[in-house]
Amino acid sequence: MRRSDAAWVGLLLPAFLLLSVFYITPILQVLAISFIEPEPGWGNYERIATNLSVQRVIVTTLRICAITTALALFLGYGLAYAITLASEQARRWWLLCVLVPLWISVLVRAFAWVTLLRRQGLINQTLQGAGVIAEPLELVWNEFGIIVGMVHYMVPYAVLPMLASMREVEPRLLAAARGMGASRGQVFRRVFFPLSAPGLVAAGVLVFIFSLGFYITPAILGGGRTLMVAEWISLQILDLIRWGLGAMMATLLVVTILVTLAVFSRVVNMRRLFGGGA
Amino acid sequence: MSHALALHGLAKRYGDFVAVHGADLDVAAGSFLTLLGPSGSGKTTILMMIAGFTDPTAGRLLLDGTDITALPPEKRAFGMVFQGYALFPHMTVAENVAFPLRVRGLGRAEREAKVRATLDLVQLTGFAERLPKQLSGGQQQRVALARALVFDPALLLLDEPLSALDKKLRAELQEELRALHRRVGRTFINVTHDQEEALSLSDEVAILNHGRIIQKGAPAALYERPATRFVADFLGKSNFLRGVVREVGPTHIAIQCGPLRLRHAGGARLGDEVLLSLRPEKIALAQDGDNALEGRVLSSAYLGAGHAVVLETAIGPIRVHQPAWRAAVEPAPGDTIRLAWAADAATLVEDDDAAV
Repeated sequence: MRRSDAAWVGLLLPAFLLLSVFYITPILQVLAISFIEPEPGWGNYERIATNLSVQRVIVTTLRICAITTALALFLGYGLAYAITLASEQARRWWLLCVLVPLWISVLVRAFAWVTLLRRQGLINQTLQGAGVIAEPLELVWNEFGIIVGMVHYMVPYAVLPMLASMREVEPRLLAAARGMGASRGQVFRRVFFPLSAPGLVAAGVLVFIFSLGFYITPAILGGGRTLMVAEWISLQILDLIRWGLGAMMATLLVVTILVTLAVFSRVVNMRRLFGGGA
Repeated sequence: MSHALALHGLAKRYGDFVAVHGADLDVAAGSFLTLLGPSGSGKTTILMMIAGFTDPTAGRLLLDGTDITALPPEKRAFGMVFQGYALFPHMTVAENVAFPLRVRGLGRAEREAKVRATLDLVQLTGFAERLPKQLSGGQQQRVALARALVFDPALLLLDEPLSALDKKLRAELQEELRALHRRVGRTFINVTHDQEEALSLSDEVAILNHGRIIQKGAPAALYERPATRFVADFLGKSNFLRGVVREVGPTHIAIQCGPLRLRHAGGARLGDEVLLSLRPEKIALAQDGDNALEGRVLSSAYLGAGHAVVLETAIGPIRVHQPAWRAAVEPAPGDTIRLAWAADAATLVEDDDAAV
């Protein structure tokens, strides 16, 4: 080994040790627990097929994640498109507006949504005051509330990879398409959209994976009535002391994320997700 | 089939910067016009105004007499070959070429027939299913040409179509482009900074500098009879001789140039200060002519087809290109050689700013 190689290893070693001792080991332990408790075997995993409560939480989580991803992509795409077309100066302001929410605690944002959406919240009071509705709408402590909060959280994560991929689209191609007789709509449909699609897929994967393990936002905006996987796991382990079942679900979560990544890494360049952003 | 284009006082201003002063230009139907100039001369701005991508600040554009100044680019539907080709990377060659037809809503059968015919025209038969990145530069250029021609455009606009290619390929494609122009018989408007390309391709060349069209004409006329110092200097190389007209005859004048009295076939007023442009290849070494003087060789470079010789003379340094087959004497630095040129070899040019 050359000296410089040894130096690199020396630099990497602390991080490697930290990760393996405090991150990988506990995960492996969780995996082990899911097979050992309460008794050794596949018992915990059999519940995926037999237990209604387990099935319901999985289906709910997948549904919320799918809807969140779709909405975040839709809103994010529009935003990223507007930012791409904006002037250099406007673009900086737009980006700032997209990034600022990322710096605000997720807890603060979740409670902000509660104050907006609850029965005596701003939205219901305004609508009632305007005479649009007679009874307050159930906007929070249900799936709707969770989705609102999660979409709000996810939009920046959707915008950034899409923005990166849109900025790679050569403006000359769009001008060329116009020059060949394409209307603005056709330019978008036939040239811009297909060329920005890798960013869309990347953003979709990113948002979906993030959504799967969401804890705070669903816990607060779901009000304990709509359970997603993460909250369900914490319930099993902290309140019901059913370590085996919680660990099983945690393992399932990790496996789902890894499988999703593996599938899409064949479709899109993963560097776009982790570090290739704008 | 082919269409004529006219520019009337077409101008473009960006704030205080004038990119193009009112340009007047008539492009005959079916001709090949090249806008030639150094970078920043406004040639690309003119092309972009013709294509409709840039709005002119003033002036009008007429296609066969119809005003098209206000039409957006997609309504003009001129074929255009972009700098760097701008092929759609996510489409195959066939899909790229079919694009202009698809956006016009042509049926599948008609589309495929036209795409095939156009790919044959540019000799890309059999490349239909490739992606642009799987093609060489020359092939990509031909795809761009096919895509620009497939929808029978009124005009074909070419923005530096050969600049991305290496020299040998460029020469080949110049010939092909010329042949293609003859075959399709359409009006081509080309933009380039490469004077060789302009001379070899075009029926007509317009030379631009600082946003103005300096001179327009057939390549030979421009080369042989440049109107200004800039044109003479930009199109090929030239010696410039300054002098005063001392005698005016019916066909010839005499110009006092330093200690020398030069005989020149042309007209000027007595006493005028004039500038002569003299092409290096119009000067013969070791021969006699209407104008002759002695020179001492400063340097000589062998260029294969000939020698480029610089001589110190009584009227300053003179550059001479001598075909190798005619080199009776091998010029060597320090030699004293007689140089001569005919009375009609030089051209009187206007002395404009020669910054190239």
